[in-house]
Amino acid sequence: MDALLLARWQFAITSVYHFLFVPLTLGLSVLVAIMETIYVRTGNETYRQMARFWGKLFLINFAMGVVTGIVQEFHFGMNWSEYSRFVGDIFGAPLAVEALAAFFLESTFLGVWIFGWDKLSKSLHAAAIWLVALASNLSAFWILVANSFMQEPVGYVIRNGRAEMTGFFALLTNPHVLYQYPHTVLAGFTTAAFFVMGISAYHLLRKNHLDFFRRSFRLGLISGVISILLVVTVGHFQGQHLVSSQPMKMAAAEARWESRDPAPMSLVAVIDEKQQTNPFEIQIPYLLSFLSYNSFSGEVKGIKEIQAAYEDRYGPGNYIPPVTSVFWSFRIMVAAGALMLLLALLSLYLWRKGRLETKPLVLKAFLFSIPLPYIANTSGWYMAEVGRQPWIVYGLQRVEEAVSPVVSAGAVLTTLLVFTLLYGVLAVVDVYLLVKVVKKGPGETPAVPRVEDVEGVSLWT
Amino acid sequence: MDLNVLWFVLITVLFIGYFFLEGFDYGVGILLPFLGKDDGERRVLINTIGPFWDGNEVWLLTAGGAIFAAFPHWYATLFSGFYLALFLMLVALIVRGVAFEFRSKDDRPSWRSLWDWLIFVGSLLPALLWGVAITNLIRGVPINGQMQYVGTFWHLLSPYTLAGGMTTLLLFTFHGALFLALKTRGELEERARRAAVLVGAVAAPALVLLVFLSYSQIGLAGRAGATVAFWGAVVLLLAAYWLSRTGRYGLAFVGNGLAIVFSTVAFFSALFPRVMVSSLYPQWSLTIYNASSSPYTLKVMTIVALTLVPVVLLYQGWTYWVFRHRVGKEHLEY
Ligand code: HDD
Ligand code: HEM
Ligand code: HEM
Repeated sequence: MDALLLARWQFAITSVYHFLFVPLTLGLSVLVAIMETIYVRTGNETYRQMARFWGKLFLINFAMGVVTGIVQEFHFGMNWSEYSRFVGDIFGAPLAVEALAAFFLESTFLGVWIFGWDKLSKSLHAAAIWLVALASNLSAFWILVANSFMQEPVGYVIRNGRAEMTGFFALLTNPHVLYQYPHTVLAGFTTAAFFVMGISAYHLLRKNHLDFFRRSFRLGLISGVISILLVVTVGHFQGQHLVSSQPMKMAAAEARWESRDPAPMSLVAVIDEKQQTNPFEIQIPYLLSFLSYNSFSGEVKGIKEIQAAYEDRYGPGNYIPPVTSVFWSFRIMVAAGALMLLLALLSLYLWRKGRLETKPLVLKAFLFSIPLPYIANTSGWYMAEVGRQPWIVYGLQRVEEAVSPVVSAGAVLTTLLVFTLLYGVLAVVDVYLLVKVVKKGPGETPAVPRVEDVEGVSLWT
Repeated sequence: MDLNVLWFVLITVLFIGYFFLEGFDYGVGILLPFLGKDDGERRVLINTIGPFWDGNEVWLLTAGGAIFAAFPHWYATLFSGFYLALFLMLVALIVRGVAFEFRSKDDRPSWRSLWDWLIFVGSLLPALLWGVAITNLIRGVPINGQMQYVGTFWHLLSPYTLAGGMTTLLLFTFHGALFLALKTRGELEERARRAAVLVGAVAAPALVLLVFLSYSQIGLAGRAGATVAFWGAVVLLLAAYWLSRTGRYGLAFVGNGLAIVFSTVAFFSALFPRVMVSSLYPQWSLTIYNASSSPYTLKVMTIVALTLVPVVLLYQGWTYWVFRHRVGKEHLEY
């Protein structure tokens, strides 16, 4: 295998892995902050225990997010040095601002929150977790500004053989990030809501700590219904925007080989990338035109026509991303979203009728739905990043021009193997600890933590 | 002062913050197996840096981001060139970071001692590697006319750079021991004091050796600023050692902290205006001019940094004040 392919695998693995932890951080920090605020406002002890219990799960997840993020910060230089030279003038800035404006705030006040339970006043302590929540969601903005430049370059000129920034404000108001940011953050809230509901359902099924988990479930349900509705809505507009900004990506996501007016939409398709046709598909007429333009007519361009146009513009080459996987990743995300939406609305209805806990099947469904947002998140990123191929920076730089020329395949393979192994082991440990904390449940977290000394531990044996 | 110079200074400041702050928490991690005799004691040791270590690490992340933003070629050449060394450091930082969070979540002795060892290794490696990395920047590495590193991992190891690594390792360990002498009580405090005196006695000659080697290795003689800073660092370190012997640990901590600051300044001023020296041909070195971003980006980033850095210093300072007390066995979180 060559260094390029290995570097791509490494990027894919480390980024997807990082993003397994990020969404829960984005959403759960806010939910924990809300719990603690209710405690401060009402003095209701249950909410303090909720903040501590969910906070513990939050912290285990957060640690994984932090250590995998460190790799992210440096691997552009390590594996993608020519990319870093080409866009560093633009891309480095949001990364540096992210660290300065968000990571410092986040990590400092998280330390205050963990260690400050008996050192700060109640409201100051609650303020600390709000700052953490704010900073996490701020960090997402900056990193997505960087990512959006790769999707839709704005505010730059090509000068001195590289992309140079001409408008910082243009970067911040990149149309792409205006969709991507809410979509990603709301996906994070959805993730946290389903996490909280799933675990609460587990305990409600076992009739443990009923009051505690009813309140947790309710908070999860309210935030879940709101955020899933909004994710889906924003996602729709994001897709419409892509039709004009990255037509090739959307054409691939729909496996539309030929331009059509009005265009139907395929629910499922068998795709033949070699022959550039779909031997089998189930279509709904007009739907794609409607989704793209809010009207029953309007031409949706097909892959072949876009490919021809790109060859005119960028020279000969293959500008078609892997259609099958982009097509299916889009459908997996949307299907997961639809399932979550249904489940959330159904249980909202049952909850209002007071019948939720009489339906063990529904509670069980929530427990088994915990992976759904993770699946949607991963396939969403997959679609966004793979759909952009062969470009690393859309229209400006191709992936093969971006890789570090001096790093040998052997070196990348070594780091790829070690990172993958390490990440695999850490995933097992992470899940083990989460399950352990979940099973133990709340109630054993006294106001001032007890000291549990373990005797007879020796480092040297 | 043009903006390229300003950014060189700012990055120096970020590294000073990183070495000064994370220096003592690496030191605590390195001393963990030697000072903590049982699990309770080791928890106390870890909890002394509990509220701080993540915030301290962000100084490194920010330095990385700042290099990327202000000197993209430096970022690209350095991290693709020092590939395996950086990789080792990343692995160390990963296991160290999760170890703090994970170790207390299970009380089997084997579980805890596993994470304790990972904290030890995860603190030792970066402390060592930073010295190696920085001395390599100045001594020069094979960089060709296209700003590409053409050496191997083994090019990075030489007597001089290993002396650099040993020196940062010892300085940080001394820093950690002094920090613990200020943050613990009773038996542990006693042990931390003894460790400080012991490590200080080795750190001082190591730094002196490094300074002497620097004369021949990096042509220190022609650089007045760096020379003064180096010898300043030596004097401060000797003072810190003497203060720790006479029981004034607070002052000793400040003294050694300043020795770290002075050493960092010395290295960066020996580097200036270059950021990475080419050992193949001096003209191929990366400098603050040929490696930099455009004037516009530097201007934007200057405004951002000059507004945010003071704010960060304020609230990080505040947390050190909140958690200024010595740590006993009553309040353990990790
Ligand atoms: C959850 C996953 C995820 C996240 C959070 C990101 N990406 Fe991405 N990225 C991928 C998932 C991905 C991917 C699906 O894994 C790709 C597509 C193909 C590949 O090999 O990796 C990829 C490719 C890819 C590559 C080079 C490799 C290639 O295209 O083959 C770069 C340099 C980036 N992206 C940059 C970014 C940046 C700057 C991001 C944030 C600011 C970012 N990605 C967020
Ligand atoms: C590929 C580009 C990315 C880079 C270089 C990167 C960098 C980092 C770094 C260095 C950290 C650790 C900070 C600390 O020590 O506190 C981190 C954590 C974090 N990142 Fe990323 N990141 C990337 C992608 C993303 C994306 C796309 C998002 C969100 C949309 C995101 C959101 C976060 C959040 C919320 C944290 C906090 C820690 C946690 O997840 O628990 N990151 N990131
Ligand atoms: C059902 C309706 C949904 C639609 C129409 C939709 C639409 C989209 C589109 C078009 C993209 C690609 C953006 C790009 O290429 O730049 C995307 C990306 C993404 N989606 Fe969705 N989505 C939906 C549901 C969800 C759900 C339920 C989640 C998670 C809970 C989710 C998480 C993500 C993530 C993390 C990304 C990558 C970040 C981004 O580019 O915004 N999506 N979505």
